[in-house]
Formats: sequence, structure tokens, C-alpha cells
Amino acid sequence: MIAFFVTFLLVFCIYLLLTAGSGTIGFWSASELIAGAGLSIVVAGITRKFLCRSNNYRMANPLRLLLIPIYLLGPFLVEVTKANVDVAGRVITGRIRPGIIRVSSDLKTDLGIFILANSITLTPGTITVDIDEKTHDLFIHNINIAPGDEQKATVPARELFSIANIPAWIRRIAE
Amino acid sequence: MIADILVLACLAVGTFFNALGIVGLLRFPDVYTRMHATTKMTTFGSVFTALAVIIYGGASYLGSTDPQYVILSVHTLIAAVALAFTNALGSHAIARGAHRSGIKPTPAVVDRLEEVQP
Repeated sequence: MIAFFVTFLLVFCIYLLLTAGSGTIGFWSASELIAGAGLSIVVAGITRKFLCRSNNYRMANPLRLLLIPIYLLGPFLVEVTKANVDVAGRVITGRIRPGIIRVSSDLKTDLGIFILANSITLTPGTITVDIDEKTHDLFIHNINIAPGDEQKATVPARELFSIANIPAWIRRIAE
Repeated sequence: MIADILVLACLAVGTFFNALGIVGLLRFPDVYTRMHATTKMTTFGSVFTALAVIIYGGASYLGSTDPQYVILSVHTLIAAVALAFTNALGSHAIARGAHRSGIKPTPAVVDRLEEVQP
């Protein structure tokens, strides 16, 4: 029942976003509100088992959801900008030292690993290639490996990011 | 006036990074390093071009209170978020598929994944 309600709210919010600007009640018209509610009930009834597969409703907490935009616009944006300027310099100079390293993350939930893998792909000159399903270690292609890192068996995720502590932020959001 | 300058600045930054992404795609030696250029730079550049559209829509709404500009801004915001997500996921899928089908990173100082996979 909670799964149904959470899915309904999420679907209805996305519908409202897509139809914003259609009328005068707030930004929406009455027909769009009614059609959206009806469609959301149908969709939530069909898909409620997929969204809340883990039966864990930590992420329904509004405070955690509020942390996501703060994370995206704060530390994440800083790291993305730095990474892009860095890769832009490497495109022009051609100075690269690529390789695949193993990164330990200490995150336990699937969602935490998902956010970390995507953050790593978009940030510091790195792409997530594969994930060890048992230990939750990530295999990461790094465009410029720091001298000495190729000797280590695993590199902690914290050391990939130079400015903000991205793994700690993700732990705050997802665990 | 200020909005116009912001829109132009965002468009310039976006186009610059997108162009550099293409240059990187042609310049880098193997599939993984090329993916660095295409994933990161084009996501960043496209998000900035989308930001230009959002600023334009917001400024036009404040000037005319025509709801079509809200629709423009909100839809572009959704497109930018979707683009950032799918770009990261797609590049992860391509990199994993490339490594599984036997394409090794050719200039590489270390390859830990090869030691694990049979």
C-alpha cells in the first residue's frame, strides 16, 4: 500500500511537471489535473512492484530528496566543472596516462552504488567500466592515473575527488 | 539586458565544450579515452545550452507572463536532467560491453579488470 502511494506521488509529480503552464489553477487546468490523477492511479497500480523493489522507504523522506538538488548544484557541480576543464586541457595538449584501476567504495545499498558510479562517470576524468557485485568495488577507467596508484590493489573512492568529499555526500543521501 | 548576456555566455560555453568534445573524439587513441571526451564534455556543453534556453524562457516569462515560456523552461529542464542521466548510463554500458567483448585499453599503465575477468 505504501509502495502504491509512493509510486502514485512520483508519477503524478512528473505528470504535473510535463503539463505545467496549461491553465489557471496554479499553472494547471482542471482537466489536466483530473486526467493526471486518473492516469497516475492506473500506472501506480501496474508498476508499484518495480519502483519499491527493496521494500525500503528511506528515500521517501523529503529531507533526503531535498539533499539531492543541493548535492547536484553544490559539490557535484564544482567537481564537474573542474573535471571538464581538466579534460579540455588534455584534449588540447594530448597528455594522458590511461588505465583501469579498482576503487573501493564502502557503500552498501544499490542506490548508493548507482549514484556513485554515475557521479564518477561524469566527474574527475574517470568512467565506470564494471562493478564487482559481491564486494561493491568499482572498476574505473582513469584518463590520468596519479603516479604510484597503478601499484595499489584498490584505491579508496575519496582519493579520486580533489575538492569535495563526494562519497560522504552520497552516504548522507542514500544510506 | 542582463538575461541576454547570460544567454549568450551560456551558449558560448556550451558550444566551446561541445566542440572540444568532438576534437577529443578524433584525437584520443582508443575507445575508453575517446569516451571520456564524448561523455563528459558533451554532457557539460549540452547542459549549458539547455541552461541558456531556461534563462531565456524565465526572462521572457517575467517580461510577458505568457505561460508558454514556463512550458519551454520546464521541458528543457527535464530534458537536461534526462540527458545527464542517460549519458552516464549509456557510456557505462558501452564501456562494459567493450571490455567484455575483448577490446583492451591499448595505451594503459594498468588494467585491474583484466585480472578479475576470465
